[in-house]
Amino acid sequence: MSRSRFVESTLIGFTRAFARAMISEEAARQPGLLQSLDPRVRVVGLFALVIAVVLARRLAVVLALFLLAIVIARLSGISLSTLAKRVWWVVLVFTGVIALPAIFFTPGEIIGSYAGDTIHVTEQGVRTAALLIARVETAVTFTTLLILCTPWVYVLKALRAFRLPPEIILMLTMTHRYIFLLVETASQMFESRKSRTVGRIKGAEQRTMAIGTAGVLLSKTIELSNDVYGAMQSRGFRGEVRIVAEFRMRAVDYAGLCGFLLAGCIAVWAGR
Amino acid sequence: MHIPDGYLSPSTCATLYAGAFAGWYGALRRLKRVLFSRVIPLIAVFAAFSFVVMMFNLPLPGGTTGHALGVTIAAIVLEPSGAILAISIALAIQALFFGDGGISTLGANCFNMAIAGSLVAYASYRILAARSSIGSSRRITAAAMAGYLAVNAAALLAAVEFGLQPMLFHDAHGTPLYAPYPLRIAVPAMMIGHLTFAGLAEAVVSAGLVAYLQTADPGLLRATSGLGADWNDTTETVGPRKSLRRLWTTVAVLMLLTPLGILAAGSAWGEWSPSTLATQQGYAQRAGATDVQRAAIPVGLQKLSHLWTAPFPAYAPPFVRSRKFGYLLSAMFASGLLLALSLVVQRFLQRGKAGYWE
Repeated sequence: MSRSRFVESTLIGFTRAFARAMISEEAARQPGLLQSLDPRVRVVGLFALVIAVVLARRLAVVLALFLLAIVIARLSGISLSTLAKRVWWVVLVFTGVIALPAIFFTPGEIIGSYAGDTIHVTEQGVRTAALLIARVETAVTFTTLLILCTPWVYVLKALRAFRLPPEIILMLTMTHRYIFLLVETASQMFESRKSRTVGRIKGAEQRTMAIGTAGVLLSKTIELSNDVYGAMQSRGFRGEVRIVAEFRMRAVDYAGLCGFLLAGCIAVWAGR
Repeated sequence: MHIPDGYLSPSTCATLYAGAFAGWYGALRRLKRVLFSRVIPLIAVFAAFSFVVMMFNLPLPGGTTGHALGVTIAAIVLEPSGAILAISIALAIQALFFGDGGISTLGANCFNMAIAGSLVAYASYRILAARSSIGSSRRITAAAMAGYLAVNAAALLAAVEFGLQPMLFHDAHGTPLYAPYPLRIAVPAMMIGHLTFAGLAEAVVSAGLVAYLQTADPGLLRATSGLGADWNDTTETVGPRKSLRRLWTTVAVLMLLTPLGILAAGSAWGEWSPSTLATQQGYAQRAGATDVQRAAIPVGLQKLSHLWTAPFPAYAPPFVRSRKFGYLLSAMFASGLLLALSLVVQRFLQRGKAGYWE
């Protein structure tokens, strides 16, 4: 490995996380079908569709749900190229690698033989591989639509509908806030180290560098938690967590919720 | 190891959600018994740290790279209850904000990595590190082994969950509906990568961070060291058990030495009894008093002297004849009284804290 490759790949990972977050914020601001609905409806509706995808046992039904995801994406102003780059291609590569051998390993009716009748392709193998890829693609598309069209703060508020303890919501909020701060800190540490590094460094030194950075980051994390605790206490925090929820359901939200649930129920019924 | 949506059947997801809920509930309950307002920011920020550490591209021996989970260092610093919540929160944000790992499989991912991972890491670290000192190199080895075992335990659980799918969920033609490989394929396929790269990455990060903390912030290693103390205790010098032993020894020696007070001549200045005061030559002469006045006691003092009668006047109960034994008995009685009082106050404070949260 070159002297800075692991540093660069880590930095690329950090930048990608920032870029993803920014794309989500931009997509969530533009007008569209999902954006116009109450965040609780979006969370409940898209979760319901994910569950419908998981429950569906027929490939045709999963593909119908995939088409529904594409329609929702277009009506919400999400470009198909964004979904292709962010979801479809990545899932196809990773799940494809996992699913492809199933074509040969799954016992069943042989529909093709290769390499001198030593490798057999079975009908059940093809079906299970196709079903797995379609299901993962569809479920991840629905999840990504939720992420792209709903700011994180709204997702958290909507999660209260699931009666999550307020302490958990508070921790999720704080973690999300400090992830970006720590990513920025780690990124700066790596950049500064990279700018001071000349020539090749050995694997053991690279590990020491990475661990050292993680160690300093851990110290900063603990220090940060002490500062945050002090700041919370100075503002009167005594342990009670109150979250203001100003959402109000309108007729269009109820209609949207009914639409999502109806689509989910039909998919479960048809795909059983 | 982050299982996406679609690999596990709904009933498997529901079962693992139930298991994860049990873990979350237990962890939350346990943390509410301690200073919970302090724990909230600590867990939240530690979850952010775990998230960032998962993004580190760690160079491994052999020229490849790997990603750590951060579950072992979380279990070592925060104990399993804190680690369960911190890693679960990091996984939830990965799933709900970055789309890594599924929503239906979030329970499974948390069960495998946050709950089983934390418990295995904690148990292995405690067993392997035993009661070695905080700065011991044995703790570094223990952290490495704990990290390796935790990641592989989580991977094994995921592999078993995958491997059970084709056995339990297939259609009438025998087509697997979810993860397609049986246990005999799923387990080795999953474990090869984790027994080598992923396990090694977690081992390297855990060992490296423990070594770093031993030098930079040893107080953070005390909570799970088996030597006592909690997250807030960052004292480096003497372990609490050792210091408690010293305290008791000192108290016992002081109690045994109390009869030495008999050897001291006279009484402490200003602590005179009315009769002693009346016979104080210096007091009478300095005041320029007459003989009548010299024999008299100040009126206020005489009035107030009967207000409270000590149970052990002059450090000796009336029924004890030996003065030395009386001194010793007084010391034991007073120490016992103080200890009982402090225990009552401590109990009262703890009850107040628990009531506040529950």
